[in-house]
Amino acid sequence: MSPSASSDRPIVELNDVAKSFGAVKALDGVDFSVRPGECVGVVGHNGAGKSTLMQVLAGTLAHDRGEVRLNGDVVAASDHSVARAHDAGIRCVFQELSLCPNLTVAENTRLRHGSIRGFGWRRQAARLIATKLDEIFPDHGISAGAVVGDLSIGRRQMVEIAANFSATESEPRLVILDEPTSSLDQQVASQLLAYVKRFVEAGGSVILISHILGDIFGTCDRIAVMRDGLIVEERPADKFDRHSLVASMGHVTDEDTPAPQSQASESQRRGEPIVSARPPRQTDDQRLELHPGEIVGLAGLAGHGQTALLRLIHNAARHRSRYASVNGKIAFVAGDRQADGIFPLWTIGQNVTVRSLSALSRLGLLEKGREREMEDRWRETLKIRTPDMGDNILTLSGGNQQKALFARALASDAEIIAMDDPMRGVDVGTKREVYERIRQEAENGRAFLWYTTEFDELVNCNHVYVFRNGLIAADIERDQLSEQKVLHASFEGEAA
Amino acid sequence: MTTKRSAAGLAGLARSAPWLFSFVGALVIFAVTLAANNWSGAGQIITAALSFGAFYAIVGIGQMFVITTGPGNIDLSVPATIALAGAIAMTTMGGSDAMILPGLAAAIAAGFLIGSFNYLLIWLLRIPPIIATLSSSFIVQSLAIVYGRGLRIAPPPFLAEIATGRVLGVPILAIVTILLAVVMAVVLHRSVYGRSVTAIGQNINAADLAGVRVGTMRFATYALSACFAAFCGVMLAAFSGGASLNMGEEYLLASIAVVVIGGTSVAGGFSNVSGIWGAALFLYLLITMLNTLGVGAGLRQIFTGVIIVAVITLAGGRKKGRG
Amino acid sequence: MPRTILDPKILRSLVPALSFAVLLGAIFYVQPRTMSYFGLNLMLNLALPIAFATIAQMFILTVNDLDLSIGSFVSLVACITATWLNEAPLLGVVALLGCIAAYAALGALIHLRNLPSIVVTLGMSFVWSGCAILLLPSPGGSAPDWLSGLVKFRMPFIPFSILASLILGLIVHFALMRSATGAVLRGSGGNPQAVERAGWSLLKTKVTMYALAGFFGVMSGMILVGTTTSADANIALRYTLFSIAGVILGGGEFTGGRVSPIGAILGALTLALVGSLLSFLRISPEWQIGAQGIILIVVLALRSLVNRLEERQA
Repeated sequence: MSPSASSDRPIVELNDVAKSFGAVKALDGVDFSVRPGECVGVVGHNGAGKSTLMQVLAGTLAHDRGEVRLNGDVVAASDHSVARAHDAGIRCVFQELSLCPNLTVAENTRLRHGSIRGFGWRRQAARLIATKLDEIFPDHGISAGAVVGDLSIGRRQMVEIAANFSATESEPRLVILDEPTSSLDQQVASQLLAYVKRFVEAGGSVILISHILGDIFGTCDRIAVMRDGLIVEERPADKFDRHSLVASMGHVTDEDTPAPQSQASESQRRGEPIVSARPPRQTDDQRLELHPGEIVGLAGLAGHGQTALLRLIHNAARHRSRYASVNGKIAFVAGDRQADGIFPLWTIGQNVTVRSLSALSRLGLLEKGREREMEDRWRETLKIRTPDMGDNILTLSGGNQQKALFARALASDAEIIAMDDPMRGVDVGTKREVYERIRQEAENGRAFLWYTTEFDELVNCNHVYVFRNGLIAADIERDQLSEQKVLHASFEGEAA
Repeated sequence: MTTKRSAAGLAGLARSAPWLFSFVGALVIFAVTLAANNWSGAGQIITAALSFGAFYAIVGIGQMFVITTGPGNIDLSVPATIALAGAIAMTTMGGSDAMILPGLAAAIAAGFLIGSFNYLLIWLLRIPPIIATLSSSFIVQSLAIVYGRGLRIAPPPFLAEIATGRVLGVPILAIVTILLAVVMAVVLHRSVYGRSVTAIGQNINAADLAGVRVGTMRFATYALSACFAAFCGVMLAAFSGGASLNMGEEYLLASIAVVVIGGTSVAGGFSNVSGIWGAALFLYLLITMLNTLGVGAGLRQIFTGVIIVAVITLAGGRKKGRG
Repeated sequence: MPRTILDPKILRSLVPALSFAVLLGAIFYVQPRTMSYFGLNLMLNLALPIAFATIAQMFILTVNDLDLSIGSFVSLVACITATWLNEAPLLGVVALLGCIAAYAALGALIHLRNLPSIVVTLGMSFVWSGCAILLLPSPGGSAPDWLSGLVKFRMPFIPFSILASLILGLIVHFALMRSATGAVLRGSGGNPQAVERAGWSLLKTKVTMYALAGFFGVMSGMILVGTTTSADANIALRYTLFSIAGVILGGGEFTGGRVSPIGAILGALTLALVGSLLSFLRISPEWQIGAQGIILIVVLALRSLVNRLEERQA
């Protein structure tokens, strides 16, 4: 079983593997393999089949057709299981976390590792996870006895990653990281990527799925591009560049689109703001201000108080608040679709119109015709890809679900749109369409509060507030904006 | 991508017409009862089923809105509210036709207060609704005992006529309740309130962020449920010739049973009104059938239970969540 | 971060113990004679079966289900104990084992068909009640001698009921909260998909939890009969609501597998003692139920206060 014995034999090998969900071909004949000591990047749109591919690799889904080999042995679809993949050394960090929030970090570790049992299992589990956390994320500050539900989402992700990299009865030989950095701030993310390189150098293998192309180029030896359930391109990483990679994903891109010069300039910042707010812990008189027609960005490392302030402002529109005054109606675009956005039992249309119920009703009764009209108008406007707005919302791919959430906010009567990092895990094409729409809406006088974790998105904003430790650390105007400035404001003071 | 459109058949039907099962069940049981009765007395059975089913339906509709607001939402104060409202109504009316409206208003107002108190507890103490309504039902029950001490006031004749009378052989109360059901079905499917309630039931956090007035809507729901229970209490007292302390007892389990047999998802966010009528008829006819077949009390209960479990097992396969 | 006694997390876990202590103190103050071996024994004897039923309910709540039938189940067990187990012990034992097996089967049914437990157990409550009526149409029967002997066993110094509650609490605590298997069982309430993905069978965990609930339900019914020496089909119906309230009073949550066995037992004892306190205060029995409700609300208000304290600190 030692890695050296099977030196160059693929840990996992797929030949012509297909998987369908009803009429949807999620995988349509994929050939793919991973050898020891390599890091493979997998990129593609939402709905390209990445997640399905990973689930087949991890044993959570059985393939319909084709051949799966683990360490050279063919595994029948009926035999393929998580346990089987686990025995072969395959571990998977899923996009949605798979920790139990009611258990401690150590107890969660035990859950993964059947071999930890008997007397002293707690200490054993705690040592296992703490060692790995120290190795990957120095200064993580996570106690093994902490209940996972009490940890921030970033820290949960760190625990999840560390648990998957730690060895039990079988060594981890291939670790699948599906958007691992999405809830980590940059410093922790770079710690992770550095560890991935060390792991691969030591003979381990990693599959990295990320929409941050910089991470892929900086870490991977080989890149596989997926589109429509197929691997359409697979080359060593240095045979790709940013442009060719994005191009092969199916969307034509102009390298580094020049920042759109918005008409809403600083001149509009005069006059009464429609939102004026400060984080509860802000001690100086720094405030966030938003004027009609403006796009204001909330930047900084993830989880530094941006979402909290957006929610505070959202609530302040209805109830009085000490910290914020809001002179207008507000709509919220959720970033975490499952937790904050989607109504899973409803149609796409109902998901769109829910923010506008009173506007679509007379005497408390909804008017069907007007509701249908709104649904269809916004399907056209945002190009939501569905034959019928009466289909269930879950029939849409992630990116299109996000469009429905945008439509919900944009279709409403709100003058203010608060966006909570809504582009998380959304494909490039959708992003571009939505950016364009946001700019148009701003020109028509709507105001946007846009929390984003990606610097590229800040160039769409007229004004950027950088958050650090729950406070507004910097206030940057559009023509002063640079990545350096944002980074500086995000990290300043923490270097010591 | 993972929706199973192909899974038609029973499961598909449960999605598109969840109310169908309860009516089919009611029909089957009706047929069996008739067969056992040598195909006679159909009219009588239907009339009785409509009368008694109406009481199940009234509390069931209120309970349905509560259950629709999501996992953990159940109103356990229904029996206590029925008892207190019945006592208040009978005392206020004092057997006089002229006092029917004030008495009804007093009973409904009491229901409104109980519902408000329920939601106050849920909101202020942030406790699970089951516990909130359970603890308030203790208090209401005490109030009913103290208030209704030795109470035996006959209902006003006109009210008794409404509760027991018939038009063209159809119980008046059943007509009233069917109209009520129609109104509440419109409220559920076509009103801002109904849409808000189903949103809350699916994802309360998302509902709040989507601009639904979560607090107001939940408050309205608990108040509504208690008002329906109060109305049921008044009619029950009128029907049975006066209020009694334990007249609400069977309605706790019955109100939940009709909601679920009627095809409403206990996980919240998915419900329908018509199924409640089907389930109410089903439950009553079930008891009638077992009586007709000469089944004793013990076996009758076992049958009732087994059928409830069987129904939910057959209808089964609901979405995940608190089950 | 150093933890002090004022740390809300600790304070919250202390709430069940505190409310129990306050209640006991009040009883001692109002009726000092209860502060004795016999007094305690008398009051807590009736609480012991409730504690067992509460533990049964807790197992169900841990896996995000709710058991609306535990009261009628305990009643049925009481009827079996007071009849078959006394007259034909072998038949009685088989019947009680059958009851536990039925609970396990319910767990399997609920899991396999993904059914709402509220409805299934609601239906089962009719079934248990029906069986109990068939078995014992009118109150009666008698407890097996060995059983009443055990429950009335006069331990030196510590009343049996206190010792039994203590042992019950510790055993369940170690089994569920401290053991490696317990972590898996609780985990299946916190994030079932994750537990399944880690290679555990959710069917097994569900069946285990339901079987445990059945087992403690059986214990509850037997002890109840040991105390009362006879049974009837409605003897424990109120246990359903008591057990739910007890778990919640003890710090358990409705979803997510957050429970506390020791808290649940304290919650059950607290609820049972409320009745004693009221009768000592000579409150008219008409108000007893109401006062029980008020005390329940007060305790819950206390807990929510602590929770808010925690939020403010966070």
